[in-house]
Amino acid sequence: MEVFMDNFTFGITMLICGMGGTILTLWIMSLVMGLLGKLFPEKPAKKEA
Amino acid sequence: MADAIVNGLGGLTVGFQMLALDWRNTIMILVGFVLLYLGVKKDCEPLLLVPIGFGCILVNIPLADVMSKEGFIRALYDAGIVTELFPLLIFVGIGAMTDFGPVLAQPSTFLLGAAGQFGIFLTLLLALALGFPQLDAVSIGIIGACDGPTAIYVTSKYAPHLLGAVSVAAYSYMSLVPILQPPIMRLLTTKKERMTVMKPVAKPVSKTTKMLFPLVITILGGVIAPKGLPLLGTIMLGNLMRESGVVSRLTKASENEIANVVTLFLGLCIGATMVGSAFIKAQTLIILALGFVAICLDTVCGVLMGKVMRVVTGGKVNPLIGAAGISAFPMAARVVQREGAKWNKKSYLLMHAMGANAGGQVGSVIAAAVMLSVLAGMGIIR
Repeated sequence: MEVFMDNFTFGITMLICGMGGTILTLWIMSLVMGLLGKLFPEKPAKKEA
Repeated sequence: MADAIVNGLGGLTVGFQMLALDWRNTIMILVGFVLLYLGVKKDCEPLLLVPIGFGCILVNIPLADVMSKEGFIRALYDAGIVTELFPLLIFVGIGAMTDFGPVLAQPSTFLLGAAGQFGIFLTLLLALALGFPQLDAVSIGIIGACDGPTAIYVTSKYAPHLLGAVSVAAYSYMSLVPILQPPIMRLLTTKKERMTVMKPVAKPVSKTTKMLFPLVITILGGVIAPKGLPLLGTIMLGNLMRESGVVSRLTKASENEIANVVTLFLGLCIGATMVGSAFIKAQTLIILALGFVAICLDTVCGVLMGKVMRVVTGGKVNPLIGAAGISAFPMAARVVQREGAKWNKKSYLLMHAMGANAGGQVGSVIAAAVMLSVLAGMGIIR
């Protein structure tokens, strides 16, 4: 179903949901990746005897 | 017999007559030459501008019919642009080429990658204010993703009549990043801010984290913005192949053979959309101008986010790295490094900027995915 809305409502909705959605998604991703980085830290290479 | 000879010779001159009748084709052939000049002589995105320029020349030669129903470029167009296959295959290659290690070492730089996409939405508003229909405005705004395949994916789906203008704007301005960004960076920052020395990124990233990254991002991004999953999924597939290290043949094919062949076809198809009668309009100039504004706004928002991070971290962040939060990888990071070193020889911003730049690479895809999902949520698209 196609919905028609005026340009002002469309633009403001895209601005709020688009910018908000992008920053929120990337913020969540940064938190998750930070957590994974802590859960799986780089282990120092073992010295060969 | 004389009539037959005259008619036969007429067949050889009809192309010239058609060129004389429609001056727009002649202009577009010249535009094709300009694109070739930029690609060949000025080294501006030659991989794309050379096939685009040549495609533009081909399609504007009268009666050649390369884009008619049986034309060879039409076959490529239907197979790769209408189906959206070409941009997605390019994305597999981009994923296979990109090292997301710098952004994983500093996940907070994802936020710079988010701010670097705000130009998309601000330009969308401008396009609406200028009277463009809603889905056309979306396609114009996406030039601000600074990401050719994303722009082509969205435009070919929702505003195919703008494909030529949007693609040319996206790729041309991407190659102009080293010229466009430095003045904006200087305008928005103080000398003290530009001279800030950031600590080197010392945190190494484990192979497990690097391998989990594409999987987590695909699932998380796909759940939040499912409409953009083809974009996100293909770039992350390429990256998973790279980081796993077990399918080096596929990785190499994705970043070399597949990416090269698809780039050639993609460029030809884009060039072939630049038919004089459809391209020479005031609207095209407005789209090119809006594309310019979009990329400038990306830089402005990225630097402003850098300034916010500087305040939050108590002055530890050089706001110049915000300018790298766009998808032009790794060009934008190099611009930041060069600009930072210009103001302080001890400043080495490259790795921080690479983090923001890799964040911008993910950010542009996420922004497009979010945009498409919001449109679907509003019922504007299916």
